[in-house]
Amino acid sequence: MTHIILGTMSETPQTNVHSISVAGRHVERNPGLEFEPGLFAGIRVNRSAVERRAATIGTRRTVKKEYQAAWLLRALSCIDLTTLAGDDTPGRVRRLCQKAIRPVRRDILDALGVADLNLSTAAVCVYHNLIETAVGELKGSGIPVAAVSTGFPAGQIPVSLKLAQIAASVAAGATEIDIVISRSKVLTADWKGLYEEVKSFRKACGEAHLKTILATGELATLSNVARASWVCMMAGADFIKTSTGKESVNATLPYSMVMVRAIRDYHDLTGYRIGYKPAGGISTAKDALNYLILMKEELGNRWISPNLFRFGASSLLGDIERQLEHHVTGSYSAQYRHPNG
Amino acid sequence: MEVRDLFETLEYGPAPESPDEANRWLQERDNTLNHFIGGDWVVPGSGEYFASHNPANGDLLAMVADGDGSDVNRAVAAAADALEGWVAIGGHGRARFLYAMARHIQKNSRLFTVLESLDNGKPVRESRDIDIPLVARHFYHHAGWAQVMQQELPGYRPIGVVGQIIPWNFPLLMLAWKVAPALAMGNTVVLKPAEYTSATAALFAQMCHDIGLPRGVFNLVLGDQKAGEALTQHQEVGKLAFTGSTEVGRILRRATAGTGKKLTLELGGKSAFIVFEDSDLDSVVEGLVDAIWFNQGQVCCAGSRLLVQESIAERLYKKIRRRMSLLVVGDPLDKSIDIGALVDPVQLENIKKLVNQGVEEGGKLWQPAGELPARGCYYPPTLITDVQPSATLAQEEIFGPVLVSMTFRTPAEAVELANNSRYGLAASVWTENVNLALDVAPKIKAGTVWVNCSNVFDAASGFGGYRESGFGREGGKEGLLEYVKPFWESRLSKEPVHRLPRFTPAEVMPGHEAPEIDRTAKLYIGGRQVRPDGGYSNAAFDSTGKVIAEIPAGNRKDIRNAVESARAASGWSSTTAHNRAQVLYYIAENLSARATEFQHRISLLSGKEEALARSELDLCIRRIYHYAAMSDKYDGQVHATPLRNVTLAMKEPVGVIGIVAPEEAGLLGFVSTVMPAICMGNRVVVVPSQHYALLATDFYQVLDTSDLPGGVVNIVTGDQDVLAEVLAKHYDIEGLWYWGSRNGSRMVEMEAAATMKRTWVNYGLFHDWEDDEQGQSASFLRHATEIKNIWIPYGE
Repeated sequence: MTHIILGTMSETPQTNVHSISVAGRHVERNPGLEFEPGLFAGIRVNRSAVERRAATIGTRRTVKKEYQAAWLLRALSCIDLTTLAGDDTPGRVRRLCQKAIRPVRRDILDALGVADLNLSTAAVCVYHNLIETAVGELKGSGIPVAAVSTGFPAGQIPVSLKLAQIAASVAAGATEIDIVISRSKVLTADWKGLYEEVKSFRKACGEAHLKTILATGELATLSNVARASWVCMMAGADFIKTSTGKESVNATLPYSMVMVRAIRDYHDLTGYRIGYKPAGGISTAKDALNYLILMKEELGNRWISPNLFRFGASSLLGDIERQLEHHVTGSYSAQYRHPNG
Repeated sequence: MEVRDLFETLEYGPAPESPDEANRWLQERDNTLNHFIGGDWVVPGSGEYFASHNPANGDLLAMVADGDGSDVNRAVAAAADALEGWVAIGGHGRARFLYAMARHIQKNSRLFTVLESLDNGKPVRESRDIDIPLVARHFYHHAGWAQVMQQELPGYRPIGVVGQIIPWNFPLLMLAWKVAPALAMGNTVVLKPAEYTSATAALFAQMCHDIGLPRGVFNLVLGDQKAGEALTQHQEVGKLAFTGSTEVGRILRRATAGTGKKLTLELGGKSAFIVFEDSDLDSVVEGLVDAIWFNQGQVCCAGSRLLVQESIAERLYKKIRRRMSLLVVGDPLDKSIDIGALVDPVQLENIKKLVNQGVEEGGKLWQPAGELPARGCYYPPTLITDVQPSATLAQEEIFGPVLVSMTFRTPAEAVELANNSRYGLAASVWTENVNLALDVAPKIKAGTVWVNCSNVFDAASGFGGYRESGFGREGGKEGLLEYVKPFWESRLSKEPVHRLPRFTPAEVMPGHEAPEIDRTAKLYIGGRQVRPDGGYSNAAFDSTGKVIAEIPAGNRKDIRNAVESARAASGWSSTTAHNRAQVLYYIAENLSARATEFQHRISLLSGKEEALARSELDLCIRRIYHYAAMSDKYDGQVHATPLRNVTLAMKEPVGVIGIVAPEEAGLLGFVSTVMPAICMGNRVVVVPSQHYALLATDFYQVLDTSDLPGGVVNIVTGDQDVLAEVLAKHYDIEGLWYWGSRNGSRMVEMEAAATMKRTWVNYGLFHDWEDDEQGQSASFLRHATEIKNIWIPYGE
């Protein structure tokens, strides 16, 4: 691929440092770039090589004991606790929100010596209709509400409706919008069209953060995943996200490898940090650790905080709770010992 | 550390693998490792032991038996005793034992893993995820070969007692590579591990005992050079297999010269890692981690010489440096480290010395910040850029975690730089363009070429070198053939099968008849008839001793010219097999057209009756047809390796081959040796039979009229042994076939050691060239080719 070096971009200033680092340092929003196909058109990703590397993520590095407990707490703090089902009701969502506020049993946190960190999940992620319920339930917690949008999960609705949906969700109180890209634009190589569409989504979001779901499982090749990542970042995405959770293949380490490498190259080029959100299929603490290792190896610790990294997950939290209890007690835990979300 | 703090810092923390079980295993043996001979643990004859240390911390690991000739003698005797029984239990019986070995290794995989890392210093992740699984795979795969030997290798038999000397960088894996095929094919083994690393070999011996392997089938002699030398020189050892340095390989080649011991050498390398501008650079970086920061860079096929296209060099270097700064150097038993300890302080000093020299010669050194462990043999990952081909570091094997780099402009230049090495073990080629990959891979002089990957191994694929990286293959069917010999070889005769005419030179009688027009035989070099450089000729006699012509007396300069012509005729090697077949058929056609003339000449020189002369000529024509036919049929294979890839085992011509044709076999000997070589795309310099030289010089007229490009066959007549020595010493010849005396055979193998050219000699024995097995078996084609394995992973 060709590289254009933008002389005006510099390292993002570090302002607004929070008292606890889990909130992360301030991330300057990505304003995007002009559409420049030369930045991505030549990208070729070697699938076999990426898969080989992905296979060693969890074998070259491992975290044990108190390190593991700490890493799992960090993973937990990066979860977008999610429910995206046809049978979601206000009651169901209120229960989820309370779990987001108190994700782990107090006695476990005390035993770990981290009760005063006031850990919560990073966000709660719902369909548009449940935004107001979630916002109400989370009031005062500081936990943002994310809404999936733009005809999630398939995105096969008119652009005008997509824009209207974003506007409605923002108006309803969502501060993070998870949009789906038009897969057809990737498969037909209409990169300019994709760029314009995502750019319009970003505009519609206003202050709300834009997460762009690539639906990697439907993009056919890893090279397409890399190119789509670039187009979304150029169009002003705050996060790039793998999947809706509704495709037959969702987040995987190889997809993640490709996307975070695109994030790294984009940062090298522009100085802007784009967040990463793997979603769908991440259900075990071991999986979560592998993703954190991948982030640490490819992007560094700076990226492992809720403002630059999220898990889109519903059942992951349960396994993390069990592993944390095991760390505290030395006995293997059981699901029923942890409050439902 | 408090969880709370770790929550902030997200450090990896220690992840130690416990050494307890491995230590207990050593303690149960009083931390003393003895020989394993004839199924028993045997103390060294000398009573001497030496200390073996854990390179990660310098702690004493074990006292190791210091074997010498007396121990080797016992072990070889035990192996010889076991041979008959081991052959007698048959392929299926042997398969059961090899299968048991594979299972046993898997069942005790962690013990093997930890012991290997304790002894060698390699990261326990690598022992666990790479070495030991490959070891098990090797025994499984070769259990299968034992099972199907009779069917798949008809006409072959075991060699006998095999001596094997292995290095310290992959102690158990190299053991497996050597022992599995040897045992599968019905040989018995005496193995000597490297003195630094004896532990897992001893554990393997224990396992052989535990699975009830018959006594003497596998014998282990521990020790240093003394034991190795004794094994090398032992007369009852029929084959020697060695992996190690080129320097020692050369010593072994010389020590075994002329003895008839079969030899395979897997030696050093300076393997090129070629990155084209369209590569997936992030994957390239991980490929380099696999290539040079695997096993501390102590890998014979390490991708230690980075060749990067100039257009992307700086971008790639930046990515490499970033990745290097994430590599963790530390305790081999920690599961989260990338680079463990070097095997011994001697190695550490050697690396430091070479790196200093590289910097003095202008290389730009870069090492990541970060501390090395205070104790033990550690060296940081190192990148040295701007290393020119003329620099020491571009030529010499460093055998450490040191990557040297240079740039190239074009694919042609990449190939040229890659091949600018005395070694030829492996190469790695990175491009997303399949046309480029498949164009470049065959052009690289190396036994293994990895496309878009590096350091990938499997039992089903052959591994071994070109040039000074040694000869022979390990793995795959090509590897099995190193542990068997064809039955026909044992039928070779000690007496000539074809008799040379006996005569005393007759005196020339002055006469009154006008002489025949003097036909001048010349040398045939580069497709032209040329006079010998020396300006001398020798008399050519008919079968009665009458001088019938003069034959040029070729000398070393003629050989030089012939080799240059052969070198230049590279188009023959790259043309299609179909084209080569057409030329060979045409040669047969033209020979047939001149049958009467050749028949007379054969009769005149040999004294054979015309009818017998005619049948020799017919056999020659048939044999040329045979090799014309084989040229597009002795083709390669796709190995079934357990990865999503195509592993192409390509048969490539050896290159330029010198051929010293059998003196007694006339035109048949000439045709039988030259045709297999050229049909596979080699160019040859032939020294024909002296007595029958006129047939060779007649034959070049046939070649001239058969569209054979100049330089493919070069004929230098003259004293065979004198010219053989020139050929043997020539640096620009890849192979040398010799059918002559016992001493000549020894000389050829001895002199070939300097360049590690592939030799095929007769040790003074005689073929029956009329016999199709002895005269045109697959062995001829096998010696005419090198097998290159090209790994091509796929998937978009």
